[in-house]
Amino acid sequence: MNTHVAEDNIRIPDEAIREGVDRETIETVQAMAGKYKYGWETEIPTEYAPKGLNEDIVRLISEKNGEPEWMLDWRLKAYRRWLEMKEPRWAMLTYPEIDYQDQYYYARPKSMAEKPKSLDEVDPKLLATYAKLGIPLKEQALLAGVEAPEGERKVAVDAVFDSVSVGTTFKEELKKAGVIFCSISEAIREYPELVQKYLGSVVPQSDNFFATLNSAVFSDGSFVYIPEGTRCPMELSTYFRINAENTGQFERTLIIADKGSYVSYLEGCTAPKRDTIQLHAAVVEIVILDDAEVKYSTVQNWFPGDEDGKGGIYNFVTKRADCRGDRAKVMWTQVETGSAITWKYPSCILRGDDSQGEFYSIAIANNYQQADTGTKMIHLGKNSKSRIVSKGISAGKAQNTYRGQVSVHPKATGSRNYTQCDSLLIGDQCGAHTVPYIEVKNNSSRCEHEATTSKVDEDQLFYCRSRGMDEEEAVALVVNGFCKEVLQALPMEFAMEAQSLVAISLEGSVG
Amino acid sequence: MALAQVKQDALTARLQGLSAPAKGWTAAARASASDRLAAQGLPTRRDEYWRYSDPAQLTKPEVSGAATDLAPSFAALDAVKLVFTDGVFDASASDDPALAGVELLSLAGQADIHWAQGLYGQLETRGSSPVERPLAALNTAYATEGVLIRVTGQAAKPVSLIYTQKSASSDVILHHVVKLEEGAEITLLESGTPGARFNTVLEVDVASNARFHHIRTQGPDADRRGVTHIFAHIADNALFKSFTLTAGGRLTRNEAILEITGDDSVAHVAGTVLGDGKDFLQDDTIFITHASERCESRQVFRKVLKNGATGVFQGKILVKQGAQKTDGYQMSQSLLLDEDAQFLAKPELEIYADDVKCSHGSTSGAIDETALFYLQSRGVPKRTAQALLVLAFLAGTLEEIEDEAIAAEVHARLEDWLHGLDG
Repeated sequence: MNTHVAEDNIRIPDEAIREGVDRETIETVQAMAGKYKYGWETEIPTEYAPKGLNEDIVRLISEKNGEPEWMLDWRLKAYRRWLEMKEPRWAMLTYPEIDYQDQYYYARPKSMAEKPKSLDEVDPKLLATYAKLGIPLKEQALLAGVEAPEGERKVAVDAVFDSVSVGTTFKEELKKAGVIFCSISEAIREYPELVQKYLGSVVPQSDNFFATLNSAVFSDGSFVYIPEGTRCPMELSTYFRINAENTGQFERTLIIADKGSYVSYLEGCTAPKRDTIQLHAAVVEIVILDDAEVKYSTVQNWFPGDEDGKGGIYNFVTKRADCRGDRAKVMWTQVETGSAITWKYPSCILRGDDSQGEFYSIAIANNYQQADTGTKMIHLGKNSKSRIVSKGISAGKAQNTYRGQVSVHPKATGSRNYTQCDSLLIGDQCGAHTVPYIEVKNNSSRCEHEATTSKVDEDQLFYCRSRGMDEEEAVALVVNGFCKEVLQALPMEFAMEAQSLVAISLEGSVG
Repeated sequence: MALAQVKQDALTARLQGLSAPAKGWTAAARASASDRLAAQGLPTRRDEYWRYSDPAQLTKPEVSGAATDLAPSFAALDAVKLVFTDGVFDASASDDPALAGVELLSLAGQADIHWAQGLYGQLETRGSSPVERPLAALNTAYATEGVLIRVTGQAAKPVSLIYTQKSASSDVILHHVVKLEEGAEITLLESGTPGARFNTVLEVDVASNARFHHIRTQGPDADRRGVTHIFAHIADNALFKSFTLTAGGRLTRNEAILEITGDDSVAHVAGTVLGDGKDFLQDDTIFITHASERCESRQVFRKVLKNGATGVFQGKILVKQGAQKTDGYQMSQSLLLDEDAQFLAKPELEIYADDVKCSHGSTSGAIDETALFYLQSRGVPKRTAQALLVLAFLAGTLEEIEDEAIAAEVHARLEDWLHGLDG
């Protein structure tokens, strides 16, 4: 696990680590010592589209991806629409105006010009990058840190580097099960009827400013189709890496779970440390048919900017799942620790009767980070159920906002929602905010909403300190306890990573 | 641009029916309010703070309604009664405005009132940021009637403002100012309907160690359209409590904007609402700012809604940096008695201090079937059991009223009006 142990400025005597104290958390805190672990850059020749955004750039992206005419038309329509739209400013986020012409909208490693036929042909530098990030692009490997008997827990990975997908593992094995897992650019070429049927059907082109921008310029992303009655034989994952400078990443993910199917999908992301801000505007669409279930887990760890608030990723993401069928089920789990600006509301449209949506979130904002994140639960089907558990943690000079909507329509009788959002403040310079909208339009449905805001419990801290932990570790431990409910909802690999991230993100927040 | 134009056009149309702002000691405050109003225009449904209640009925130039004949709520209580009929002070129907330790004046009558000069429109201005409240600015600019109350000691009995409405088209703007000096205490009662349409502002300045109690009933007239605003400034060791019972009405928007700037103070806003019918919409919009240490605030609202009635709650607690040891609590609950009733809530927290305890809760749902079943199993007929459960639910907020006689009076009104709801 601790291959990156470099600094040793936090030392805990072994005897301090006793029963009930999570050794892993402490070791990771020791290991990372407050550094953004993924801030390095891969030096690799990269080709860019000209800076700025216009119809030619949209055409160029489409051409680079070898897209059919209908896709280009779709993009251009979105682009023209976007020109008429205004950037939303209702979130509790303050940031300077974004110059959309001062960005590159397409960047790919030169070695990717000729699409590699298999992973063996991929530029070793790229493979090394993912290896360093702990993401195995070899088919026999597992995600770092997990010991499991061979063949038991496999994770298929689609690795996206700047604007292109580098490769997708376990494709053949998945194919045998009927599962399609590939980059979206490949899907547009290979499975046009599926893409045409579902693309934009959950997040319409004109949904919002950033989704429309994405519709025009998305360069790559992942595509998943799970056929009827299939339980995906392994977990699927996409890892997004921004490497090139001044480059925005606009990925698009489309997941379709046909009747009675199941898939667990993981998403991770990192970027190098830079002084300038970088734009990330993704769209994730999930279609879930009768009796199908999708679990979507994210650990968002984009570069958050430095301690003085310089640099970082501006993360504007639209994620939505449409439970189209009866008894369809979706579960969003997110750990948001990175990004200078987070604007993200993974939502559930509970259209089918007895459909179910869950949202578990940990959002941590430290230093000058600002996060405005939450969810929407739109109850349209009868007896639909939703559950929201959100844990927001603010430290340093950060602002953290939970913004959520629960809407129960008149016809969604017998529906049920439970919402819990808790905020934790560490230090007196930060802010924690809660903006829930609760709209109940029939009487057989029940909605409950609870929210609390508090500081780290002094008694718990004192207890930890009395056991020999220093303040920072004590805070990390207490915060991990505060987040437990959400951490438990994550797949095992992610839960471990998330737990250590919680500790790291809070480095420097006390004392 | 288009929206701004709509707001400006609405304002122009609205102002045509109003006479120019009065001159005198309020001139400066009115001029400033007019400027703000001109810059903001009138609100529309597209404003974030009007997303659940369409303000059109409050902003359109013409007024339509029906005259009401309500029995006053606090008739049996010993109080100094001041009567406003269709927004005009009715001296003949009112008591002699004499009460030891209390100065009672009319906004219309006074040439120069020094103590009120520093308050009129001032608290409204402070409360109109960061959220614009153009209807309150309109009130400050155009109000001609209202009562000015200065309390220097313990008021021996409450001051009761009784509103009667005789005209089906009266368009009433009332602006009251209450100033409690250090250690003073008073209870202010309000009941009845000020006009076919009304817009009221109540500015309350609570000095150190002072205590202000406000109990209000609205209803049960069916046609009421009105917006009320309370703007309060609360100093240290002070107490502010406001309770409202609402029944009937088409559109009743009750805003309370409280700012606590002194340490160790308490501020409570509570309400009980009975809503019946598709045309019913009642909206509580609360904004409490904590700018000092160790203060407590409570927002407690319970609403019973039936036959397509809509209840709205938009509550906010803002805890400023340094307002440590704040204890803020917000609870909005609704009981939906049939399929088409609606409850729309936005309970917000905005917190910039770490050593605070703030929470909110919001629930909505039908009557508890188990409780109903229990009562029925004890031989209580279903209708009675239901009425009992509804009463028990609503009566919970009445605990916010400290004075027992007043609480009993409000409870009696609640039972009466609930009975009307069943019929």
